[in-house]
Amino acid sequence: MYSEKVMDHFENPRNVGEIADADGVGLVGNPTCGDIMKIYLKIDNDVITDIKFKTFGCGAAIATSSMVTEMAKGKTLDEALRLSNQSVAEALDGLPPQKMHCSNLAADALHAAIDNYREKQK
Amino acid sequence: MRRVYMDHSATTPVRPEVVEVMLNCLTEKFGNPSSLHYFGRLGRRALDEAREKVANAIGAKPEEIVFTSGGTEADNMAIHGVAMLNQNRGNHIITSAVEHHAVLNTVKALGKQGFTVTILPVDKYGMVSVEDLANAITDKTILITIMHANNEVGTVQPIKEMAALAKAKGVLFHTDAVQSMGKIPVNVDELGVDLLTISGHKIYGPKGVGALYIRKGTRWRQSLFHGGAQERLRRAGTENVPGIVALGKACELAVQELDKEAVRLTGIRDKLIQEVMEKIADVRLTGHPTKRLPNHASFCFEFIEGESMLLSMDMKGIAASSGSACTSGSLEPSHVLLAMGIPHELAHGSIRLTLGRDNTMEDVDYFIENMVPIVERLRAMSPLNPDSEFDFEENCADCKISSSCHL
Ligand SMILES: Cc1ncc(COP(=O)(O)O)c(C=O)c1O
Ligand code: FES
Repeated sequence: MYSEKVMDHFENPRNVGEIADADGVGLVGNPTCGDIMKIYLKIDNDVITDIKFKTFGCGAAIATSSMVTEMAKGKTLDEALRLSNQSVAEALDGLPPQKMHCSNLAADALHAAIDNYREKQK
Repeated sequence: MRRVYMDHSATTPVRPEVVEVMLNCLTEKFGNPSSLHYFGRLGRRALDEAREKVANAIGAKPEEIVFTSGGTEADNMAIHGVAMLNQNRGNHIITSAVEHHAVLNTVKALGKQGFTVTILPVDKYGMVSVEDLANAITDKTILITIMHANNEVGTVQPIKEMAALAKAKGVLFHTDAVQSMGKIPVNVDELGVDLLTISGHKIYGPKGVGALYIRKGTRWRQSLFHGGAQERLRRAGTENVPGIVALGKACELAVQELDKEAVRLTGIRDKLIQEVMEKIADVRLTGHPTKRLPNHASFCFEFIEGESMLLSMDMKGIAASSGSACTSGSLEPSHVLLAMGIPHELAHGSIRLTLGRDNTMEDVDYFIENMVPIVERLRAMSPLNPDSEFDFEENCADCKISSSCHL
Protein backbone atom coordinates (compact mmCIF):
# COMPACT_ATOMS: atom_id res chain seq x y z
CA MET A 1 0.00 0.00 0.00
CA TYR A 2 2.76 2.45 0.95
CA SER A 3 5.87 3.25 -1.11
CA GLU A 4 9.31 2.24 0.18
CA LYS A 5 10.05 5.88 0.94
CA VAL A 6 6.95 6.19 3.12
CA MET A 7 7.90 3.04 5.01
CA ASP A 8 11.45 4.30 5.44
CA HIS A 9 10.26 7.58 6.92
CA PHE A 10 7.77 5.74 9.09
CA GLU A 11 10.43 3.37 10.44
CA ASN A 12 13.20 5.96 10.73
CA PRO A 13 11.49 9.29 11.06
CA ARG A 14 13.83 12.29 10.78
CA ASN A 15 13.72 15.17 13.23
CA VAL A 16 11.32 13.75 15.80
CA GLY A 17 11.06 15.71 19.01
CA GLU A 18 10.53 19.13 20.46
CA ILE A 19 12.56 22.34 20.56
CA ALA A 20 12.32 23.89 24.01
CA ASP A 21 13.12 27.46 22.93
CA ALA A 22 11.48 27.28 19.51
CA ASP A 23 11.01 30.50 17.55
CA GLY A 24 7.81 29.22 15.99
CA VAL A 25 5.40 26.39 16.80
CA GLY A 26 2.61 25.12 14.55
CA LEU A 27 -0.16 22.82 15.62
CA VAL A 28 -2.81 21.46 13.27
CA GLY A 29 -5.42 18.78 13.43
CA ASN A 30 -7.73 17.90 16.20
CA PRO A 31 -7.81 14.96 18.57
CA THR A 32 -11.50 14.46 17.94
CA CYS A 33 -10.99 14.24 14.21
CA GLY A 34 -8.01 12.00 14.54
CA ASP A 35 -4.72 13.39 13.43
CA ILE A 36 -2.47 15.95 15.07
CA MET A 37 0.86 17.42 13.98
CA LYS A 38 3.03 19.80 15.89
CA ILE A 39 6.07 21.43 14.28
CA TYR A 40 8.81 23.39 16.10
CA LEU A 41 11.12 25.82 14.27
CA LYS A 42 14.42 27.45 15.07
CA ILE A 43 14.89 30.44 12.77
CA ASP A 44 17.97 32.53 12.10
CA ASN A 45 17.92 35.38 9.58
CA ASP A 46 14.72 34.11 8.02
CA VAL A 47 16.28 30.66 7.50
CA ILE A 48 15.02 27.49 9.18
CA THR A 49 18.08 26.25 11.04
CA ASP A 50 16.37 23.52 13.04
CA ILE A 51 13.01 21.80 12.84
CA LYS A 52 11.35 19.06 14.88
CA PHE A 53 7.95 17.39 14.82
CA LYS A 54 5.55 15.33 16.89
CA THR A 55 2.66 13.52 15.24
CA PHE A 56 -0.36 11.51 16.23
CA GLY A 57 -1.64 9.65 13.19
CA CYS A 58 -1.23 6.88 10.68
CA GLY A 59 1.90 5.73 8.87
CA ALA A 60 1.39 8.36 6.17
CA ALA A 61 0.93 11.10 8.75
CA ILE A 62 4.22 10.21 10.41
CA ALA A 63 6.06 9.84 7.09
CA THR A 64 4.79 13.17 5.72
CA SER A 65 5.74 14.96 8.94
CA SER A 66 9.21 13.51 8.73
CA MET A 67 9.51 14.41 5.04
CA VAL A 68 8.31 17.97 5.49
CA THR A 69 10.94 18.59 8.17
CA GLU A 70 13.67 17.32 5.86
CA MET A 71 12.43 19.45 3.00
CA ALA A 72 12.11 22.61 5.09
CA LYS A 73 15.44 22.47 6.90
CA GLY A 74 17.86 25.11 5.57
CA LYS A 75 15.18 26.84 3.52
CA THR A 76 14.19 30.47 3.87
CA LEU A 77 10.73 31.07 5.27
CA ASP A 78 9.41 32.15 1.88
CA GLU A 79 10.77 29.00 0.25
CA ALA A 80 9.30 26.88 3.03
CA LEU A 81 5.91 28.52 2.57
CA ARG A 82 5.96 27.36 -1.03
CA LEU A 83 6.23 23.70 0.04
CA SER A 84 2.84 22.20 -0.65
CA ASN A 85 1.20 18.97 0.37
CA GLN A 86 1.58 17.91 -3.26
CA SER A 87 5.35 18.33 -3.14
CA VAL A 88 5.53 16.42 0.16
CA ALA A 89 3.51 13.54 -1.28
CA GLU A 90 5.65 13.53 -4.44
CA ALA A 91 8.87 13.45 -2.43
CA LEU A 92 7.52 10.29 -0.79
CA ASP A 93 6.86 8.71 -4.22
CA GLY A 94 3.15 9.25 -3.76
CA LEU A 95 0.51 8.35 -1.21
CA PRO A 96 -2.61 6.21 -1.51
CA PRO A 97 -5.51 8.51 -2.49
CA GLN A 98 -7.34 8.12 0.82
CA LYS A 99 -4.17 9.26 2.60
CA MET A 100 -3.66 12.53 0.74
CA HIS A 101 -5.15 14.50 3.64
CA CYS A 102 -2.22 13.37 5.85
CA SER A 103 0.27 15.23 3.65
CA ASN A 104 -2.09 18.15 3.69
CA LEU A 105 -1.64 18.25 7.41
CA ALA A 106 2.18 18.21 7.27
CA ALA A 107 2.49 21.26 5.01
CA ASP A 108 -0.22 23.01 7.03
CA ALA A 109 1.69 22.41 10.28
CA LEU A 110 4.86 23.86 8.77
CA HIS A 111 3.01 26.92 7.50
CA ALA A 112 1.31 27.35 10.86
CA ALA A 113 4.70 27.33 12.59
CA ILE A 114 6.02 29.99 10.21
CA ASP A 115 2.90 32.11 10.75
CA ASN A 116 3.38 31.75 14.49
CA TYR A 117 6.97 33.01 14.17
CA ARG A 118 5.99 35.98 12.02
CA GLU A 119 3.17 36.81 14.38
CA LYS A 120 5.65 36.99 17.22
CA GLN A 121 8.00 39.25 15.21
CA LYS A 122 5.38 41.95 14.82
CA MET B 1 10.64 -13.97 10.45
CA ARG B 2 8.30 -15.35 13.03
CA ARG B 3 4.66 -14.80 12.01
CA VAL B 4 1.93 -14.53 14.58
CA TYR B 5 -1.57 -14.31 13.15
CA MET B 6 -3.98 -12.70 15.61
CA ASP B 7 -6.72 -11.65 13.22
CA HIS B 8 -9.02 -14.68 13.21
CA SER B 9 -12.14 -12.50 13.39
CA ALA B 10 -11.18 -11.12 9.98
CA THR B 11 -10.69 -14.55 8.50
CA THR B 12 -9.11 -17.95 9.20
CA PRO B 13 -6.95 -20.37 7.22
CA VAL B 14 -8.85 -23.32 5.75
CA ARG B 15 -8.17 -26.52 7.70
CA PRO B 16 -6.49 -29.35 5.81
CA GLU B 17 -9.42 -31.71 6.55
CA VAL B 18 -11.71 -29.12 4.96
CA VAL B 19 -9.46 -28.62 1.95
CA GLU B 20 -9.52 -32.36 1.38
CA VAL B 21 -13.30 -32.69 1.14
CA MET B 22 -13.44 -29.50 -0.88
CA LEU B 23 -10.91 -30.70 -3.45
CA ASN B 24 -12.85 -33.89 -3.90
CA CYS B 25 -15.88 -31.83 -4.95
CA LEU B 26 -13.84 -29.80 -7.42
CA THR B 27 -12.43 -32.79 -9.24
CA GLU B 28 -14.46 -35.97 -8.57
CA LYS B 29 -17.89 -34.97 -7.36
CA PHE B 30 -18.12 -32.07 -9.77
CA GLY B 31 -21.64 -32.76 -11.02
CA ASN B 32 -24.41 -30.18 -10.93
CA PRO B 33 -26.76 -31.26 -8.13
CA SER B 34 -29.72 -30.48 -10.40
CA SER B 35 -28.57 -33.01 -13.03
CA LEU B 36 -30.29 -36.32 -13.21
CA HIS B 37 -27.24 -38.46 -14.08
CA TYR B 38 -24.65 -40.20 -11.93
CA PHE B 39 -22.44 -37.09 -11.65
CA GLY B 40 -25.38 -34.95 -10.66
CA ARG B 41 -26.41 -37.49 -8.05
CA LEU B 42 -22.92 -37.42 -6.52
CA GLY B 43 -23.13 -33.65 -6.27
CA ARG B 44 -26.62 -33.85 -4.80
CA ARG B 45 -25.51 -36.36 -2.19
CA ALA B 46 -22.55 -34.18 -1.19
CA LEU B 47 -24.90 -31.22 -0.87
CA ASP B 48 -27.39 -33.15 1.26
CA GLU B 49 -24.69 -34.41 3.58
CA ALA B 50 -23.29 -30.93 4.03
CA ARG B 51 -26.75 -29.58 4.81
CA GLU B 52 -27.16 -32.22 7.48
CA LYS B 53 -23.81 -31.36 9.04
CA VAL B 54 -24.58 -27.65 9.18
CA ALA B 55 -28.05 -28.33 10.59
CA ASN B 56 -26.64 -30.66 13.26
CA ALA B 57 -24.04 -28.11 14.27
CA ILE B 58 -26.70 -25.54 15.20
CA GLY B 59 -29.51 -27.85 16.31
CA ALA B 60 -31.65 -27.28 13.21
CA LYS B 61 -33.35 -29.53 10.66
CA PRO B 62 -31.61 -29.88 7.28
CA GLU B 63 -34.55 -28.34 5.41
CA GLU B 64 -34.18 -25.19 7.50
CA ILE B 65 -30.72 -24.44 6.04
CA VAL B 66 -30.21 -22.32 2.91
CA PHE B 67 -26.70 -21.97 1.53
CA THR B 68 -25.51 -18.55 0.48
CA SER B 69 -22.41 -16.77 -0.77
CA GLY B 70 -21.45 -15.82 2.78
CA GLY B 71 -22.50 -13.98 5.89
CA THR B 72 -23.30 -10.78 4.03
CA GLU B 73 -25.76 -12.44 1.68
CA ALA B 74 -27.38 -14.42 4.50
CA ASP B 75 -27.90 -11.21 6.52
CA ASN B 76 -29.35 -9.37 3.51
CA MET B 77 -31.55 -12.29 2.62
CA ALA B 78 -32.90 -12.76 6.16
CA ILE B 79 -33.76 -9.12 6.72
CA HIS B 80 -35.04 -8.29 3.26
CA GLY B 81 -37.08 -11.48 3.02
CA VAL B 82 -38.88 -10.89 6.32
CA ALA B 83 -39.46 -7.23 5.52
CA MET B 84 -40.95 -7.96 2.09
CA LEU B 85 -43.34 -10.66 3.25
CA ASN B 86 -44.56 -8.86 6.36
CA GLN B 87 -45.10 -5.37 4.97
CA ASN B 88 -48.84 -5.73 5.32
CA ARG B 89 -48.44 -6.46 9.05
CA GLY B 90 -46.13 -3.63 9.95
CA ASN B 91 -43.11 -1.68 8.84
CA HIS B 92 -40.96 -1.38 11.95
CA ILE B 93 -37.53 -3.03 12.21
CA ILE B 94 -35.30 -3.00 15.30
CA THR B 95 -31.55 -3.48 15.26
CA SER B 96 -28.57 -2.37 17.33
CA ALA B 97 -25.88 0.28 16.85
CA VAL B 98 -23.05 -2.27 16.89
CA GLU B 99 -24.19 -4.58 14.09
CA HIS B 100 -21.94 -5.57 11.22
CA HIS B 101 -22.50 -3.40 8.14
CA ALA B 102 -24.11 -6.37 6.40
CA VAL B 103 -27.02 -5.94 8.83
CA LEU B 104 -26.86 -2.22 9.58
CA ASN B 105 -26.73 -1.09 5.96
CA THR B 106 -29.45 -3.54 4.91
CA VAL B 107 -31.76 -2.19 7.60
CA LYS B 108 -30.85 1.40 6.74
CA ALA B 109 -31.60 0.73 3.07
CA LEU B 110 -35.07 -0.51 4.05
CA GLY B 111 -35.41 2.67 6.11
CA LYS B 112 -35.29 4.56 2.81
CA GLN B 113 -38.00 2.35 1.34
CA GLY B 114 -40.85 3.05 3.72
CA PHE B 115 -39.75 1.04 6.75
CA THR B 116 -39.24 2.65 10.14
CA VAL B 117 -36.00 1.71 11.85
CA THR B 118 -35.02 1.75 15.51
CA ILE B 119 -31.30 1.42 16.20
CA LEU B 120 -30.87 0.44 19.84
CA PRO B 121 -27.97 2.00 21.73
CA VAL B 122 -25.43 -0.05 23.68
CA ASP B 123 -23.75 0.45 27.03
CA LYS B 124 -20.03 1.07 27.51
CA TYR B 125 -19.38 -2.66 27.05
CA GLY B 126 -21.22 -2.78 23.74
CA MET B 127 -24.17 -4.58 25.31
CA VAL B 128 -27.77 -4.06 24.17
CA SER B 129 -30.27 -3.74 27.02
CA VAL B 130 -33.21 -6.17 27.04
CA GLU B 131 -35.30 -3.44 28.63
CA ASP B 132 -34.51 -1.01 25.80
CA LEU B 133 -35.61 -3.66 23.36
CA ALA B 134 -38.86 -4.26 25.25
CA ASN B 135 -39.60 -0.55 25.14
CA ALA B 136 -38.82 -0.28 21.44
CA ILE B 137 -41.25 -2.96 20.26
CA THR B 138 -44.51 -1.55 18.88
CA ASP B 139 -47.48 -3.21 17.24
CA LYS B 140 -45.87 -2.32 13.92
CA THR B 141 -42.64 -4.21 14.68
CA ILE B 142 -42.06 -7.11 12.31
CA LEU B 143 -38.37 -7.92 12.78
CA ILE B 144 -35.62 -7.66 15.36
CA THR B 145 -32.07 -8.32 14.18
CA ILE B 146 -29.31 -8.30 16.80
CA MET B 147 -25.96 -10.02 16.49
CA HIS B 148 -24.95 -12.89 18.75
CA ALA B 149 -21.35 -11.74 19.29
CA ASN B 150 -19.70 -8.57 18.11
CA ASN B 151 -16.82 -8.77 15.65
CA GLU B 152 -14.96 -5.70 16.91
CA VAL B 153 -15.18 -5.99 20.67
CA GLY B 154 -16.28 -9.60 21.22
CA THR B 155 -19.25 -8.77 23.44
CA VAL B 156 -21.87 -11.54 23.56
CA GLN B 157 -25.46 -10.26 23.52
CA PRO B 158 -28.30 -11.70 25.64
CA ILE B 159 -29.96 -13.23 22.57
CA LYS B 160 -31.97 -15.80 24.49
CA GLU B 161 -33.75 -13.15 26.58
CA MET B 162 -34.29 -10.86 23.61
CA ALA B 163 -35.59 -13.63 21.36
CA ALA B 164 -38.02 -14.76 24.08
CA LEU B 165 -39.32 -11.23 24.29
CA ALA B 166 -39.75 -11.09 20.51
CA LYS B 167 -41.56 -14.39 20.50
CA ALA B 168 -43.98 -13.25 23.20
CA LYS B 169 -44.83 -10.23 21.05
CA GLY B 170 -45.07 -12.22 17.83
CA VAL B 171 -42.05 -10.52 16.26
CA LEU B 172 -39.50 -12.42 14.17
CA PHE B 173 -35.93 -12.53 15.48
CA HIS B 174 -32.76 -12.80 13.38
CA THR B 175 -29.25 -13.07 14.76
CA ASP B 176 -25.91 -12.81 13.00
CA ALA B 177 -23.87 -15.64 14.53
CA VAL B 178 -20.91 -15.26 12.18
CA GLN B 179 -18.49 -14.52 15.03
CA SER B 180 -19.98 -16.75 17.72
CA MET B 181 -20.16 -19.90 15.60
CA GLY B 182 -17.47 -22.33 16.68
CA LYS B 183 -16.43 -20.15 19.63
CA ILE B 184 -19.42 -20.50 21.95
CA PRO B 185 -22.46 -22.81 21.67
CA VAL B 186 -24.84 -21.75 18.89
CA ASN B 187 -28.14 -23.63 19.04
CA VAL B 188 -31.23 -22.23 17.37
CA ASP B 189 -33.65 -23.67 19.94
CA GLU B 190 -31.49 -22.72 22.92
CA LEU B 191 -31.32 -19.17 21.54
CA GLY B 192 -34.95 -19.24 20.39
CA VAL B 193 -34.26 -17.39 17.14
CA ASP B 194 -36.20 -17.61 13.86
CA LEU B 195 -33.31 -16.80 11.53
CA LEU B 196 -29.57 -17.14 12.02
CA THR B 197 -26.54 -16.34 9.86
CA ILE B 198 -23.21 -18.17 9.68
CA SER B 199 -20.18 -17.76 7.42
CA GLY B 200 -17.55 -20.28 6.31
CA HIS B 201 -14.35 -18.29 6.43
CA LYS B 202 -14.51 -17.42 10.11
CA ILE B 203 -14.56 -21.10 11.11
CA TYR B 204 -11.63 -22.46 9.07
CA GLY B 205 -13.75 -22.91 5.95
CA PRO B 206 -13.41 -21.06 2.65
CA LYS B 207 -14.51 -17.52 1.81
CA GLY B 208 -17.63 -16.98 -0.24
CA VAL B 209 -19.88 -19.50 1.44
CA GLY B 210 -22.31 -19.18 4.32
CA ALA B 211 -25.73 -20.29 5.42
CA LEU B 212 -28.99 -18.86 6.62
CA TYR B 213 -31.09 -20.84 9.06
CA ILE B 214 -34.81 -20.19 8.61
CA ARG B 215 -37.04 -21.82 11.22
CA LYS B 216 -39.79 -23.92 9.65
CA GLY B 217 -42.96 -21.86 9.26
CA THR B 218 -41.21 -18.49 9.50
CA ARG B 219 -42.88 -15.73 7.47
CA TRP B 220 -39.92 -15.19 5.18
CA ARG B 221 -39.69 -15.26 1.44
CA GLN B 222 -36.92 -15.15 -1.08
CA SER B 223 -36.83 -11.59 -2.34
CA LEU B 224 -33.36 -10.75 -3.69
CA PHE B 225 -32.36 -13.19 -6.43
CA HIS B 226 -34.39 -14.18 -9.45
CA GLY B 227 -33.34 -17.35 -11.18
CA GLY B 228 -33.51 -21.11 -10.94
CA ALA B 229 -35.28 -23.27 -8.41
CA GLN B 230 -32.24 -24.22 -6.34
CA GLU B 231 -32.36 -24.47 -2.55
CA ARG B 232 -36.09 -25.21 -2.78
CA LEU B 233 -36.77 -21.84 -4.40
CA ARG B 234 -35.04 -20.02 -1.59
CA ARG B 235 -31.75 -19.17 -3.30
CA ALA B 236 -31.35 -19.22 -7.06
CA GLY B 237 -28.05 -20.16 -8.68
CA THR B 238 -26.09 -23.39 -9.11
CA GLU B 239 -24.94 -24.39 -5.66
CA ASN B 240 -21.32 -23.75 -4.70
CA VAL B 241 -20.91 -27.45 -3.91
CA PRO B 242 -17.19 -27.39 -3.00
CA GLY B 243 -17.74 -24.42 -0.70
CA ILE B 244 -20.88 -25.88 0.82
CA VAL B 245 -19.25 -29.24 1.48
CA ALA B 246 -16.34 -27.39 3.06
CA LEU B 247 -18.74 -25.39 5.22
CA GLY B 248 -20.35 -28.64 6.36
CA LYS B 249 -17.02 -30.12 7.35
CA ALA B 250 -15.89 -26.89 9.04
CA CYS B 251 -19.11 -26.76 11.09
CA GLU B 252 -18.76 -30.40 12.10
CA LEU B 253 -15.18 -29.91 13.30
CA ALA B 254 -15.95 -26.60 14.99
CA VAL B 255 -18.66 -28.15 17.13
CA GLN B 256 -16.65 -31.30 17.92
CA GLU B 257 -13.75 -29.25 19.23
CA LEU B 258 -15.65 -26.33 20.69
CA ASP B 259 -15.46 -27.13 24.40
CA LYS B 260 -11.78 -27.97 24.44
CA GLU B 261 -10.79 -25.11 22.15
CA ALA B 262 -12.85 -22.56 24.07
CA VAL B 263 -11.05 -23.44 27.30
CA ARG B 264 -7.65 -23.28 25.60
CA LEU B 265 -8.37 -19.97 23.89
CA THR B 266 -9.81 -18.42 27.05
CA GLY B 267 -6.53 -19.23 28.79
CA ILE B 268 -4.47 -17.54 26.10
CA ARG B 269 -6.87 -14.58 25.86
CA ASP B 270 -6.83 -13.96 29.60
CA LYS B 271 -3.05 -14.04 29.69
CA LEU B 272 -2.96 -11.63 26.75
CA ILE B 273 -5.38 -9.19 28.38
CA GLN B 274 -3.65 -9.40 31.74
CA GLU B 275 -0.18 -8.82 30.32
CA VAL B 276 -1.22 -5.93 28.10
CA MET B 277 -2.93 -4.19 31.01
CA GLU B 278 0.04 -4.85 33.31
CA LYS B 279 2.94 -4.08 31.01
CA ILE B 280 1.58 -1.11 29.06
CA ALA B 281 0.27 2.06 30.69
CA ASP B 282 -2.80 3.99 29.54
CA VAL B 283 -4.59 1.12 27.82
CA ARG B 284 -8.26 0.27 28.09
CA LEU B 285 -9.94 -3.03 27.38
CA THR B 286 -12.90 -2.57 25.03
CA GLY B 287 -15.96 -4.79 25.13
CA HIS B 288 -17.36 -6.72 28.05
CA PRO B 289 -14.78 -7.96 30.59
CA THR B 290 -16.38 -11.42 30.94
CA LYS B 291 -19.28 -11.77 28.50
CA ARG B 292 -16.95 -11.86 25.52
CA LEU B 293 -15.81 -14.40 22.94
CA PRO B 294 -13.11 -16.73 24.26
CA ASN B 295 -10.71 -15.77 21.46
CA HIS B 296 -11.24 -12.03 21.53
CA ALA B 297 -9.11 -9.28 23.08
CA SER B 298 -9.53 -5.65 22.07
CA PHE B 299 -8.00 -2.49 23.44
CA CYS B 300 -7.60 1.23 23.00
CA PHE B 301 -4.07 2.52 23.44
CA GLU B 302 -4.11 6.16 24.42
CA PHE B 303 -2.12 8.87 22.60
CA ILE B 304 -1.27 6.74 19.55
CA GLU B 305 -3.07 5.72 16.39
CA GLY B 306 -4.11 2.25 15.27
CA GLU B 307 -2.71 2.09 11.76
CA SER B 308 0.77 3.10 12.87
CA MET B 309 0.59 0.35 15.50
CA LEU B 310 -0.55 -2.20 12.90
CA LEU B 311 2.28 -1.24 10.53
CA SER B 312 4.82 -1.55 13.33
CA MET B 313 3.38 -4.90 14.42
CA ASP B 314 3.40 -6.16 10.84
CA MET B 315 7.13 -5.42 10.64
CA LYS B 316 7.53 -7.87 13.53
CA GLY B 317 5.31 -10.45 11.84
CA ILE B 318 2.27 -9.80 14.02
CA ALA B 319 -1.09 -9.53 12.23
CA ALA B 320 -3.99 -7.73 13.93
CA SER B 321 -6.62 -5.12 13.09
CA SER B 322 -7.88 -1.73 14.21
CA GLY B 323 -11.04 0.36 14.22
CA SER B 324 -9.09 3.55 13.65
CA ALA B 325 -10.37 5.97 11.04
CA CYS B 326 -6.99 5.78 9.33
CA THR B 327 -7.59 2.10 8.52
CA SER B 328 -11.23 2.40 7.55
CA GLY B 329 -10.88 4.37 4.35
CA SER B 330 -13.84 6.45 5.48
CA LEU B 331 -12.04 8.84 7.85
CA GLU B 332 -14.40 7.73 10.57
CA PRO B 333 -13.40 5.49 13.42
CA SER B 334 -15.38 2.31 14.05
CA HIS B 335 -19.12 2.84 14.54
CA VAL B 336 -19.02 0.15 17.21
CA LEU B 337 -16.48 1.95 19.40
CA LEU B 338 -18.27 5.28 18.96
CA ALA B 339 -21.61 3.68 19.87
CA MET B 340 -20.00 2.46 23.08
CA GLY B 341 -19.26 6.07 23.98
CA ILE B 342 -15.53 5.78 23.37
CA PRO B 343 -14.26 9.24 22.35
CA HIS B 344 -12.93 9.67 18.83
CA GLU B 345 -9.32 10.19 19.90
CA LEU B 346 -9.37 6.96 21.88
CA ALA B 347 -11.14 5.00 19.14
CA HIS B 348 -8.26 5.92 16.82
CA GLY B 349 -5.96 3.91 19.05
CA SER B 350 -7.96 0.70 18.91
CA ILE B 351 -6.36 -2.68 18.33
CA ARG B 352 -8.19 -6.00 18.00
CA LEU B 353 -6.39 -9.28 18.65
CA THR B 354 -8.41 -12.37 17.79
CA LEU B 355 -6.94 -15.76 18.54
CA GLY B 356 -7.36 -19.07 16.80
CA ARG B 357 -6.26 -22.67 16.50
CA ASP B 358 -2.70 -21.77 15.56
CA ASN B 359 -2.03 -19.47 18.54
CA THR B 360 -0.15 -20.50 21.66
CA MET B 361 0.86 -19.01 25.00
CA GLU B 362 4.27 -18.29 23.44
CA ASP B 363 2.55 -16.05 20.91
CA VAL B 364 1.40 -13.87 23.79
CA ASP B 365 5.00 -13.59 25.03
CA TYR B 366 6.14 -12.68 21.51
CA PHE B 367 3.37 -10.12 21.20
CA ILE B 368 4.14 -8.42 24.52
CA GLU B 369 7.88 -8.47 23.85
CA ASN B 370 7.30 -6.54 20.63
CA MET B 371 4.30 -4.42 21.54
CA VAL B 372 5.90 -2.73 24.55
CA PRO B 373 8.65 -1.06 22.48
CA ILE B 374 6.23 -0.28 19.62
CA VAL B 375 3.94 1.63 21.96
CA GLU B 376 6.92 3.35 23.56
CA ARG B 377 8.32 4.45 20.19
CA LEU B 378 5.00 5.79 18.88
CA ARG B 379 4.23 7.57 22.14
CA ALA B 380 7.61 9.27 22.02
CA MET B 381 6.57 10.62 18.62
CA SER B 382 3.10 11.68 19.71
CA PRO B 383 2.22 15.24 20.70
CA LEU B 384 -0.42 13.78 23.03
CA ASN B 385 0.35 12.67 26.56
CA PRO B 386 -1.49 12.57 29.89
CA ASP B 387 -0.90 16.30 30.41
CA SER B 388 -1.41 17.59 26.91
CA GLU B 389 -4.22 20.02 26.62
CA PHE B 390 -4.64 21.71 23.33
CA ASP B 391 -6.81 24.59 22.48
CA PHE B 392 -7.94 23.48 19.09
CA GLU B 393 -11.05 25.48 18.68
CA GLU B 394 -9.39 28.31 16.85
CA ASN B 395 -7.78 25.81 14.47
CA CYS B 396 -11.02 24.05 13.80
CA ALA B 397 -11.68 25.76 10.50
CA ASP B 398 -8.45 24.35 9.11
CA CYS B 399 -9.22 20.83 10.10
CA LYS B 400 -10.32 18.97 7.01
CA ILE B 401 -9.98 15.56 8.54
CA SER B 402 -13.35 14.39 9.61
CA SER B 403 -16.96 15.25 9.07
CA SER B 404 -17.87 14.20 12.56
CA CYS B 405 -15.98 16.77 14.59
CA HIS B 406 -18.10 17.60 17.62
CA LEU B 407 -16.29 20.72 18.73
C1 LIG C 1 -20.53 -10.26 12.44
C2 LIG C 1 -20.28 -10.45 10.99
N1 LIG C 1 -21.33 -10.55 10.14
C3 LIG C 1 -21.16 -10.72 8.82
C4 LIG C 1 -19.90 -10.80 8.26
C5 LIG C 1 -19.78 -10.95 6.78
O1 LIG C 1 -19.54 -12.26 6.41
P1 LIG C 1 -18.95 -12.58 4.95
O2 LIG C 1 -17.56 -12.08 4.96
O3 LIG C 1 -19.02 -14.09 4.85
O4 LIG C 1 -19.82 -11.92 3.97
C6 LIG C 1 -18.79 -10.72 9.10
C7 LIG C 1 -17.41 -10.81 8.56
O5 LIG C 1 -16.73 -9.83 8.34
C8 LIG C 1 -18.98 -10.52 10.49
O6 LIG C 1 -17.95 -10.40 11.33
S1 FES D 1 -3.54 10.23 10.05
FE1 FES D 1 -5.48 9.35 9.74
S2 FES D 1 -5.38 8.67 7.73
FE2 FES D 1 -3.47 9.55 8.04
